[in-house]
Amino acid sequence: MSEKYLPLTVTIGVFCILFVAGGLLYPNFFSTLVIGNILGDNAFVIIAAIGTTFVIISGGIDLSVGSMIGFVGVVMANLDAAGWHPLVSAPMMILFGAGFGALVGVIIDFCEIQPFIITLAALFLLRGACFMINLDAVPIRHPFVLEFSDMGISLPGGGWLSSSAIVMLVALAVAIVIAHWTEFGSAVYAVGGDAPSAKLMGVPMRKTTIKIYALGGTYSALGGVVYAFYTSSGYPLAGTGNELQAIAAVVLGGTLLTGGVGFVAGTLFGGMILGLIATLINFNGSLNGAWIMIAGGLLLFIFIVMHRFLVGSFKFRTGS
Amino acid sequence: MAAIIELTGISKAFPGVRALDHVDFGVEPGETHALMGENGAGKSTLIKVMTGALQADGGTIRLAGKEIRPESPGAARAAGIGAVYQEVNLIPTMSVTKNLTLGRLPRKFGLIDWGAARAIARAKLARLGVDIDVERPVGSYSVAIQQLIAIARALEDDARVLVLDEPTASLDANETERLFEIVRDLKARGLGIVFISHFIDQVYRIADRITVLRNGRRVGVGTTEEIPSLKLVSLMIGRDLEHIEHQRPLMDTVASSKPILTAKGVGRRRLLEPFDLELHPGEVVGLAGLLGSGRTETAKLVFGAIRHDSGEIRIDGHHIASPTPKHSLNAGVTFCPEDRKSEGIVAELSVRENIILALQSRRGWLRLLPRREQDRLTSEMIAALNIATPDADKPVGQLSGGNQQKVLLARSLVSNPRLLILDEPTRGIDVGAHAEIVTLIRELAAKGLALLVASSELDELLAVSHRIAVLRDRRMVGEISGAEATREHIIQTIAAS
Repeated sequence: MSEKYLPLTVTIGVFCILFVAGGLLYPNFFSTLVIGNILGDNAFVIIAAIGTTFVIISGGIDLSVGSMIGFVGVVMANLDAAGWHPLVSAPMMILFGAGFGALVGVIIDFCEIQPFIITLAALFLLRGACFMINLDAVPIRHPFVLEFSDMGISLPGGGWLSSSAIVMLVALAVAIVIAHWTEFGSAVYAVGGDAPSAKLMGVPMRKTTIKIYALGGTYSALGGVVYAFYTSSGYPLAGTGNELQAIAAVVLGGTLLTGGVGFVAGTLFGGMILGLIATLINFNGSLNGAWIMIAGGLLLFIFIVMHRFLVGSFKFRTGS
Repeated sequence: MAAIIELTGISKAFPGVRALDHVDFGVEPGETHALMGENGAGKSTLIKVMTGALQADGGTIRLAGKEIRPESPGAARAAGIGAVYQEVNLIPTMSVTKNLTLGRLPRKFGLIDWGAARAIARAKLARLGVDIDVERPVGSYSVAIQQLIAIARALEDDARVLVLDEPTASLDANETERLFEIVRDLKARGLGIVFISHFIDQVYRIADRITVLRNGRRVGVGTTEEIPSLKLVSLMIGRDLEHIEHQRPLMDTVASSKPILTAKGVGRRRLLEPFDLELHPGEVVGLAGLLGSGRTETAKLVFGAIRHDSGEIRIDGHHIASPTPKHSLNAGVTFCPEDRKSEGIVAELSVRENIILALQSRRGWLRLLPRREQDRLTSEMIAALNIATPDADKPVGQLSGGNQQKVLLARSLVSNPRLLILDEPTRGIDVGAHAEIVTLIRELAAKGLALLVASSELDELLAVSHRIAVLRDRRMVGEISGAEATREHIIQTIAAS
């Protein structure tokens, strides 16, 4: 097996181990119900994390994800109050996400600024905008939102694949095609693997960078739309910290933070591992909720250390 | 025969420098043409003009009789001029297929057709006689294979000219031979090959003709018979090297004095078998061996940059329990690493700052070396090592390779070491600077310094060493001194199994 599949294999292995462990510990755990719930409850983070995967594979980082989720929700709630149909405001917000991301990409490329700092600025900007619009939660009352949450597919074994989960899986499928069957996808891996070489090999650097962050913005805005539907409201603090959860999901999914190596599909499992840990601790009942973060943190730490050793096998071995 | 590519009267000026001055250069089909010159002679500028990375101020380029003006490397490649540079320009994390087809990925229904892409990749490699798993990442292959992949990428189906810029810099003898076979094969198919290397013996093994540049002007062109190596070197540096080539050091032993450093059974599992080594004042010990034989590892174990897990190191007879670079430096042992860009100099800092770096860190950063003292040491070193820099405050990154190496040496020397370990002190520097560094090593030994020199160039080791330790496959297989120290004997020791 090629070493590039190793991180992904480990991720899927960890997911299986956690799931089987849960099944052995608790009755009713080993079911499509639990899987369906994990997919539905974490859909918005996983969607955002899919966009982040592209950014991280290209060697960048996007910290504006959580604020984007909050901002999209708040604007949608206000548009709802103004009488807009969610099916009109949602595509508009997704377009906004794409445009905002593209702008971030332009600034990163044109001014040669570290993605970390410019997306940090975007984080503050969007979160501030949330509070400019509303200080409190605003409900989304349009009947479509209710219909949306009632939609879904029942799984064999009593499980329920909610509409959020379906949107997420479709978004994932699109992302996999983009990553592996388009010239742009190859360019993302090339830029992350070795930017100077990619340039010499004729990869259009500016176009690629702009597209990467536009894609990241699109996916985090879509995550925001799903979250707004999921909670039927817009709340200015919504999504706080989700950018870090998205990064965690990407890294747990086997994408190397050094860029160039990773799989979009891994992010699904990374996000599900985080959800699985939370579910396990909830099933236990007696454990403090703090253990969710501690367990997630420990796992992340182990993965990063593992990656550190894997990176060595990808290093260029030139002498001079 | 008509030239496949003909550059006539090429001129190129950069602010303050005339890089190329009416240079003519032509390659015939089926010919390997070596382009030789010291650093700064204009080789790379000429190559860049030829491959579209730079535009000439004057002159014409004709490809198969037709005038062309390549505006980018991509345009040149499309016209049939491929180039492979010393630093392999591939994406190590991506598969061979992706590396070979990026930018021209075949599509079906708007999506990439990976089956077709793999077929293209295999076909490109097959032309070079390479058969490897195209799904594995490029970085998992040896530098030699990466080099071949880079050539495969550079060669369009209708390529007519291939430029190889220092292709053998990180290859060992076998890998170099394999590359040469491929070059001969491409040549037989009528390609014109431009070959650049600072290994003079390789030029004579592979090239048909040689063009020599010096200071942006063509100073000689002819077949390899017309330009023998001594003439080539004197053309390149414009002065006679004969006295250096033939001056051999005295291979007498200096073992009468007490050794500075003794290594007994020092080794590290899976890295280097245990070896014994003694270094006396005034003595130069060479480390010879092929690439990957353990030269650098030996040097680093002695210095303490890599921890040994067997044996013991004694400095002045005192046992050093766990040598670290810091211990070694305090005991007067310094080390100049092989890869000066990533392990040695700090390119952004000035010559002065680089030279006093080690000395200052030994003093501790709270006790700043007075500026007057810094200036004195720096100007002393610039004069002693003949470092070519307009002033001491120029960033080291802007100096030539040879001068960067001298700055690195100066940094070691200002701390008054007793044992100096040099790993590939002349890698990637031009012939003139090469000779100067060889002379310098001898002078340092004459002053009573002990030196341990690891080098891939046998002639260089023979020129400086009193004793030569030979390594093979991560084992020290022999120590040669006195009259036995000949090129042939060392090669025999390396080759014997």
